[in-house]
Order: sequence, then C-alpha cells, then structure tokens
Amino acid sequence: MGKAWKFEDNLNTDEIIPARYNITIIPSELAKNVFCEIKPEYAKTVQPGDVIVGGQNYGCGSSREHAPIAIKGSGAKCIIAKSYARIFFRNCINIGLPILECAEAVADISEGDDIDVDLATGQITNRTNGHQYQANALPDFVLKIADAGGIVNFLKTHDIQELLT
Amino acid sequence: MGTLIEEIFSRKAGRPVKAGEIVLLDVDHIMSHDNTTPLAIKAFREIGKPILDKNKIVIHFDHAYPAPNLMAAEAQKKIVDFMKEQGITQFYHQGICHQVLIEEGYILPGRVLIGGDSHSNTYGAFGAFGTGLGSTEIGVAWAAGKAWFRTPETILINLSGQAKPGVFAKDVMLYIAGMMGMDGATYKSVEFAGSYIDNLPMHERIIFPNMSTEIGAKCGLIAPDEVTVKFLETQTKARGPFEMIKAIDPHYEQIIEIDVTNIVPQVACHPDVDHVQDLDKVEGLEIDEVFIGTCTNGRYEDLEIAAQILKGRQVNKFTRTIVTPASVQIYDKAMKNGLIQIFHDAGCTIGVVGCGACIGRHGGLLGPGERAFTTMNRNFIGRMGSPQAEIYLGSPAAAAATAIAGKITDPRIYLEA
Repeated sequence: MGKAWKFEDNLNTDEIIPARYNITIIPSELAKNVFCEIKPEYAKTVQPGDVIVGGQNYGCGSSREHAPIAIKGSGAKCIIAKSYARIFFRNCINIGLPILECAEAVADISEGDDIDVDLATGQITNRTNGHQYQANALPDFVLKIADAGGIVNFLKTHDIQELLT
Repeated sequence: MGTLIEEIFSRKAGRPVKAGEIVLLDVDHIMSHDNTTPLAIKAFREIGKPILDKNKIVIHFDHAYPAPNLMAAEAQKKIVDFMKEQGITQFYHQGICHQVLIEEGYILPGRVLIGGDSHSNTYGAFGAFGTGLGSTEIGVAWAAGKAWFRTPETILINLSGQAKPGVFAKDVMLYIAGMMGMDGATYKSVEFAGSYIDNLPMHERIIFPNMSTEIGAKCGLIAPDEVTVKFLETQTKARGPFEMIKAIDPHYEQIIEIDVTNIVPQVACHPDVDHVQDLDKVEGLEIDEVFIGTCTNGRYEDLEIAAQILKGRQVNKFTRTIVTPASVQIYDKAMKNGLIQIFHDAGCTIGVVGCGACIGRHGGLLGPGERAFTTMNRNFIGRMGSPQAEIYLGSPAAAAATAIAGKITDPRIYLEA
C-alpha cells in the first residue's frame, strides 16, 4: 500500500534528477534531490511503498542511470505510466525497479490515492476509489531479469545466453 | 534482407532477423565516458566475472574534463585506476566521445556499438548500429561481450529537394523534431534517405542520427555510399573494405516524405526540443550566452561557417560567445586555418575541447534569468545550470549571427544568396 505521486507527460531525466547532482552513485544521496525542481515535497515526505504514476514517454532524455536509481533509492515501490522512453525503461529493468504500463490506471488515479500493486500479476488496486486495473504483461526475458532483482544479480549466477533460452 | 537495421542485425547474428525479434548480439565496441563509467565499474565488480575482451572497451573523458571540481577529480582517478588495473588501453581525452570514435576509426558500416551515452545513435550516420544504454549494461557487456536488443521497426524519412542558402541540416532536423515530437519515433529505427541526404557532406549527415535520440529512436541510420567511404578514408583512421549495408526489399512501418525546399531557419525554443518555430517568430529575443559546439555541431565546418560570419565583426559586449571544438583534431585544423584568430578577434572565448557547456558541469553555465542560443541537441530546463534559464537551439550560422546582434538573428543577412 502506498501513496500515488502523479507526474506529467514527457517527464525527462533532468526533471527526475538534475545533471548537477549526478556526481554521486549512492542511491540514498541521489534520493535526497529526486524531483527537486518539480516536486520538492516528494523527497521530503515520500514513504517506502509509495507509487510513481507517470504519463506518456516517461523518463525521456539521458541514458544516465542516476534517474531510476534516485527513484528506487527514495523507496518507491514501482512506476506505473502510460508509456516509457526507451533507455529509461531498460535501465529500470536492469537495476530492479519494477515498472508497469497501464494507461487506464494513469487516467483514473489521482495524486494521493492509496494504491496497491501486485507485481507478479500486474494487478493494480486503487483503495481510494475502489477501482482495479490490469497492467500489460512484460516479455519473458524481462521478467527473468526483474525476478532476479536486476541484471547484475542475474549474471552473478547465470550466463547471459540464458536470458533468451 | 529487409531494412537497414534488419540487415545489420542479420549479418551480426548470422541468420535472418526481422523487426520484433529479440536477439543477443556480440558487440564490436562498448563506449563509456567520465560520467557513466563509475556505475559501469560498480556493476562489473558486482557481477564478479573478468573482462571478456578488453579490445572491445573504449573509455573517454569528455563531459567534465579536465575535472572542474573535487568530486569529478575523484571519480576520474577511480576510472584511471580501474583502467590500469584491467589493462584497458583504449582511453581518450581528446574530445567528445562520439567525435573521437569516428576520428579514430571505430565507426564502420555494419558495426554494432553500445555507448553509455544517449547520443550513441550518432554512429548510424555511417551505417553502423549505435545506441545508448545505461551504465549497468555497459558493465554487463564488459563481462559478457554481448547485449540484448529488440529489433526495431523502421520509420523511413525521405528528404528531397534542395535547401535554401543559409538553411542547414540542423534546421532540417529541428523541423523534423518539431513535426514528429519527442516520442514520435520511440523504440524505432529511423532511416534518413532521399536526394537531399545523398547530396549532403558527412558533417551535415551526422546531425540526423545524432538527433534521432531526441525523437525517442533506438537508432538513426543512413546507408553508406561513396561519400561515406571517402570521408572514412580521408578524415578518419578507418580503412576499407567496408560492409556496404543496404536496405533490401524493406518493409517500413511508416514513410514520411519531406521536401526541404521551403524550410527556413528553425529554432527549438525553451523548454523542449520539439517546441520548434521558424526563426523569424523568435527573432529579436535577447541572448546572454551563445554556445557553438557539441557532438551535433562542433565540427570543423560548423566552426568555419561561424568564423565566416564573425570575421571582421564583434560579438555583442553582453553576449558571451563560447566556441568549443568537438575534438583536438578539429581544434588543430581551426588553428592552422586561422579560425581561432577570427573567434578571438571577434571577442569569443574558446572552450576546452569536449562537451563543455552542453551538460551544465563547466564551460559556460547559465545563471537564473539568462537565455542562451546554442548548437546543442537538447534544451531541457536546467540543463546548462540554472532551472530559471532558457535554452534555444539552432544552427552554427544562426548562433554566430545571434552573437553579433546579442539577439536571435537570421544568419542569411550575412550569407550570400
């Protein structure tokens, strides 16, 4: 269970964490400045388990992983968006930050709603208005990486070839 | 068989590959720079396996080099220690990563490259596959020598007609960005073709794949031809024979026809790269900083057109004008041919070779309330420093004209019709 934090379409990586803060790779340090220019109250009041709700093309811009790391470091459980920018999507999977695609959920959820997410099934429950939504399924190999908690964990115990077998 | 990306992936995989298929491919080279290498090292160490082939690894210092603050210096020392420890010798600090990779002969038609930088799409100008990935995957590729890709569908942009004098490839690409939007090509391969492309020299062609990143593309590709081969053999260390990749009986998801004949100088306005207007709509806007450089427009010919306009003239007293060559090779040529003298005589500042002001770490940051006109590919809020600053994008010619007036100016008043 967690609070929903809503963001606009085309949210870019500099809005997630400005480039000038990307001189550290420590998640808790990055989390201090996540969304600082656009939603400064987030970093101050976010609780573990809260959910990020984005629009279209979420995470566009740079390939810098500092953006998803900052979000993960803040304790957010997952991101639900209408669609994602390519590199950001991939980076989230690789660092073990769960991401779901569900336009219906994005349209219906309001800031502050109490949201429950079952990552295994992709089912999203809005406890504030009682609605339920179903997110799109992720490809098998993406699930393999996500289940391992990220690609580094996967590779500690597997060969990269096993991704596609 | 198929589109350019299907051709490149099929050759690499050793079997026919079609759009939609997931493939695990050997990568020819893995690039990262001073900003993205630290996280790659972290991921690599955690995996705990050795480097597969250090000849695949190329590391550049270009984003914040030489280090402008202590944190950057510490990070760069760690990277140097790592390179020494692992015996990595392909290390460069002579310019922007993408430019140096081209000059040093790493970018060849048919090659598959991944870069820890979103503008790795640039390599597509030579018929190579280049795409940006996060640092973790760079570390993964050091150990595994491979990366997974979902083979993208292709959008073909067919550019025909002749551009008006004073209208450059940057203007045409900004026009495309404005038309397609920041997610107009998300996950796609974008092929740039047509008579306009055929007749463009390489330094203008490069802009299209470079900025395909800004419309969300996985890659931007131009089929190699005699122009490509001549450029590789005379301007880079690359030597043939080259794989002359061609689309064969391709199926395109979308074909966009653009006649460039009536395009006028374009400006991408604060706060988004797809917020594009004809220059005359924003003419007269006061500018505090002009920045000419970057992987998009920091090449010799870009400096040359700026110098042509600035020769014998002065930049506006309150418009700091920073010219940052994209590489040492470009800087050397600019010195030999008197361009640096022209810039100095006009009142410009020459920036340290590299990415410079583009990423707001050093080399010309913007303060609150300031407005810049630059030759960059991106103008997100806060990118060059203060989030209360505005960034406008245009061609090097427009940047030079703007520096003289101190306000956004059509460069054609200085160029012969």
